[in-house]
Amino acid sequence: MPKLKVDGIEIEVPPGSTVLQACELAGKEIPRFCYHERLAIAGNCRMCLVEIKPGPPKPAASCAMPAGEGMEVFTDSPMTRKARKGVMEFLLINHPLDCPICDQGGECDLQDQAMAYGMDHSRYHENKRAVTDKYMGPLIKTIMTRCIHCTRCIRFADEVAGVPVIGAVGRGEHMEITTLERAVRSELSANVIDLCPVGALTSAPYAFMARPWELRKTETIDVMDALGSNIRVDARGAEVMRVLPRMNDDVNEEWISDKTRYACDGLKRQRLDRPYVRREGKLVPANWGEAFQTIADRIAGLPGERIAAIAGDLADCESMMALHDLMHALGSRNLDCRQDGARIDPSCRAGYIFNSGIAGIEEADAILLVGTNPRWEAPVLNARIRKRWLSGQARIGVIGQQLDLTYRYDYLGAGPETLQDLLDGGHAFAEVLKSAERPMVIVGQGALQRSDGAAVLAAVRALAEACGAIGEEWNGFNMLHTAAARVGGLDLGFVPGGGGRDLEGILSGAERGEIDVVYLLGADELDMARLGDAFVIYQGHHGDAGAHRADVILPGAAYTEKDGTYVNTEGRVQLALRASFPPGEAREDWAIVRALSEVLGKTLPYDTLLEMRKRLMEANPVFAELDERVPAEWGSFGVAGQMSSAPFESPIDNFYMTDPISRASETMARCTLELLQSAGKTGTHG
Amino acid sequence: MLKDQDRIFTNLYGIHDWRLQGARARGDWDGTKEILSKGRDWIIEEMKKSGMRGRGGAGFPTGLKWSFMPKEVGDRPHYLVVNADEGEPGTCKDRDMMRFDPHKLVEGCLIASFAMAAHACYIYIRGEFYREAEHLQFAIDEAYEAGLIGKNACGSGWDFDLYLHRGAGAYICGEETALLESLEGRKGQPRLKPPFPAMAGLYGCPTTVNNVETIAAVPTILRRGGDWFAGLGRENNTGTKVFCISGHVEQPCNVEEEMGIPMRELIEKHAGGVRGGWDNLLAVIPGGSSTPLLPKSICDNVLMDFDSLRAEKSGLGTAALIVMDKSTDVVRAITRLSRFYMHESCGQCTPCREGTGWLWRVMERMTRGDARPEEIETLLDVTYEIEGHTICALGDAAAWPVQGLIRHFRPELERRIEEYRARYEAAAA
Repeated sequence: MPKLKVDGIEIEVPPGSTVLQACELAGKEIPRFCYHERLAIAGNCRMCLVEIKPGPPKPAASCAMPAGEGMEVFTDSPMTRKARKGVMEFLLINHPLDCPICDQGGECDLQDQAMAYGMDHSRYHENKRAVTDKYMGPLIKTIMTRCIHCTRCIRFADEVAGVPVIGAVGRGEHMEITTLERAVRSELSANVIDLCPVGALTSAPYAFMARPWELRKTETIDVMDALGSNIRVDARGAEVMRVLPRMNDDVNEEWISDKTRYACDGLKRQRLDRPYVRREGKLVPANWGEAFQTIADRIAGLPGERIAAIAGDLADCESMMALHDLMHALGSRNLDCRQDGARIDPSCRAGYIFNSGIAGIEEADAILLVGTNPRWEAPVLNARIRKRWLSGQARIGVIGQQLDLTYRYDYLGAGPETLQDLLDGGHAFAEVLKSAERPMVIVGQGALQRSDGAAVLAAVRALAEACGAIGEEWNGFNMLHTAAARVGGLDLGFVPGGGGRDLEGILSGAERGEIDVVYLLGADELDMARLGDAFVIYQGHHGDAGAHRADVILPGAAYTEKDGTYVNTEGRVQLALRASFPPGEAREDWAIVRALSEVLGKTLPYDTLLEMRKRLMEANPVFAELDERVPAEWGSFGVAGQMSSAPFESPIDNFYMTDPISRASETMARCTLELLQSAGKTGTHG
Repeated sequence: MLKDQDRIFTNLYGIHDWRLQGARARGDWDGTKEILSKGRDWIIEEMKKSGMRGRGGAGFPTGLKWSFMPKEVGDRPHYLVVNADEGEPGTCKDRDMMRFDPHKLVEGCLIASFAMAAHACYIYIRGEFYREAEHLQFAIDEAYEAGLIGKNACGSGWDFDLYLHRGAGAYICGEETALLESLEGRKGQPRLKPPFPAMAGLYGCPTTVNNVETIAAVPTILRRGGDWFAGLGRENNTGTKVFCISGHVEQPCNVEEEMGIPMRELIEKHAGGVRGGWDNLLAVIPGGSSTPLLPKSICDNVLMDFDSLRAEKSGLGTAALIVMDKSTDVVRAITRLSRFYMHESCGQCTPCREGTGWLWRVMERMTRGDARPEEIETLLDVTYEIEGHTICALGDAAAWPVQGLIRHFRPELERRIEEYRARYEAAAA
């Protein structure tokens, strides 16, 4: 623990700290542009220069200088001040004076620091430099004249995203940050916009939309994948303008995927803003009373076993709980929250969560991916795996599709045969897992959404147990979900019980006419044709597949429009907060179910959100543990049996469109077109 | 004046055979095995005793630098890298050494590598030195053939491999860490220090980077003893040095001389004197383009070594004298240097990337006199904002010539500004 003095304040810092970190510990702010906690140190902006004694009679870059025993650091000496003023002047001489039309305005590091360290006038009387803009894809707008060459974007692409396609060409003042005039093909690409300290890289879909001070900022949770990334939703009036990441080291660090960031324009399109009732084959607008009455008329006198409910991927726990209770009150046990048909065993919590935790990836020394494409199913989690791989301390094996995951891995095989091989110990990678101190198995939905899913799950469990992944301190069995609602649904028991039908049972029952009413809570990823002649109630926020098939539509709220509880793939319970109100007559989802229950004569016993949440905690105490990861007890799950030889396939065939919101998003459509469907197209085309 | 028997570079002018046979006749490769048999510590001790300071420009004591390398080889191999990326304007010493005396360098590489427990050495040669690279490669091949390097080099039991790598001509790749980056195949940009190359250099392994002249002098120093070398020159500025004299002299040349020779003697004895006589001298840049120029008044008496030139706020640098007589447009000359540094800045650090261009643009106006008198002060201030604020010394190198100009020729700048203004006012009237 080196001891040093910062402006006379004596502090002790952890070994390996830099002078900059020491200064921050001492409460001294050091201006910086190139330095970023999560990227390699570049030390090139020179803004963080400080005077250090003993040392040469010139200031040192504090971001790169290791804090040493007995150092004396001066963050406000004449030498330090002169250096900062000089660097600021240099940064500004070739920076355009276009702040009034720059989207970074108001949240620009250069602007802020120029206020603190800049001069009040310019001594530069020469012409300013102009730089041609570059093409970085449909999400990143470039105004390269503003670039201050901090190289954060280069380091992000190289290190975090694992797509080394951004670089610098040229020398001296002709140095330019560029791609090869090709879109940055990464699911995390837009994080460079947050990293850019100036307005060189800005958000293309958000260009000229709003100023930061006009926006109402709400800290909430993302639902585009099962990670539960912490986000901030910025809204103006009723409109969600943009989504930004929040810091949470345990979940998303400070990155979010491009879908999380940009699917929000889908919140403005294809919305269900009033109830509809199907009359003579056509959906016609109705009011809430009519819609509820139509449902009550249809359900009246039906025995419970002829009613079923399926919850979708974006449903909040409150609405699932309410619907669960309503179904029980109606005497139905036909419930399923696994609309993808994954053979997840709800009986053992450890069998359906990511037990090691996302941060646990950084401790794993062997990682086996089974039937998952984390790059598309959870890009931010994939970046963690890459981070671990970069540290050189983890070996990674893959069973499933052979894809570019941004890190090198041992490709073991395509399907269950390889899994069996590993289990039998006949495969070389089995040794890697066994000899690892903290082995990790990540099983994806692609391995479970098949008729032999339960057998695959049992095999993965057996493998995890065999390679010593399950212990007192370490549980290396991990399930990676693709839907934000899934773990919550399983936790609160939105599953068939007491002889009820599961998804397959409901669908085949509907086909055969054994189910008369199906309640879809935002469930759109079904084969609607299999619902047969059933009366379909669709409660949701987008006019997607479910709404098209519905007989009654109950307009609900999207994730930014309600206070809801979500449980991420790790089993971490997080609260989403309302950033804006749902459009038109749409209402919060649990309240809709509550209101309907009254019309059906089965009034649910909660009137407020607080009571609703009490009911959740009653159903499962984990809902009381906000923001924490609750360890689950290991048990038996899955059904050992014959596995087919069909290869595992990830359930996602288009990263940019996986749910009703992203399917309605123009930006996601553009990404699909430019990044997926026109591979190899460069910026000079068209 | 240096006695002939004390010369190290005995074929500096290429009159003799540069190949192995000729080199051997001049004493190279003589008793190399015996030198190696005296051990690593002896070699480093002898180099320390010699007082040799690095010949690449910064003048860091060589023996001390070598002693920074880890004593024992750990899990990472050690490397010696020879900086043959000679690109400082005015400097052309390494070029002639490699062209006419390549075996001195090859032998020096072996001994220095042995002293630092390196089994491999890379020579990074400037891309434009095409023929020099040919000669050097030929010499390396000869040495391999003769068993002087390679497995069991010179029968010493030490395995040693020597590789020649041609650069692509960027000046910044002569900076030692940028050179390492370039050698590793990346964009030539200086690295942050610490860690210093002796801890983490080439491929993250302990590495020493030395100049060609430093390494080429090593075998002779060890054969004749550190005391012999230390006996030449002045204290702390010992030995011989190859000076490159160019510009307005009668006979531009490379010449090996004793350190601390008076500048006037050096120019008059070896370069035939200043064109038009000593009194026609305007200024001299004493150590390659980055060192501040010295006006005639200082040149009259100054000695050519590290400390004397430093006392005059200049430096020995690479010991490349650029002599300017009174016909020189000194402002234009320094402007040209500013342009060079702008062009060669790697663009990594803000002060250098932005500042070198600023300097050049103001200097361009200063040449014409198209400036306000207070801009001289601004210009000087800008040089101080660059100096010492960058990762490598290129920023300093860009700042110093301008500082030297303002220090010694401010009246000239003021005169031009005044004249320009008068011309402009006359035209307007």
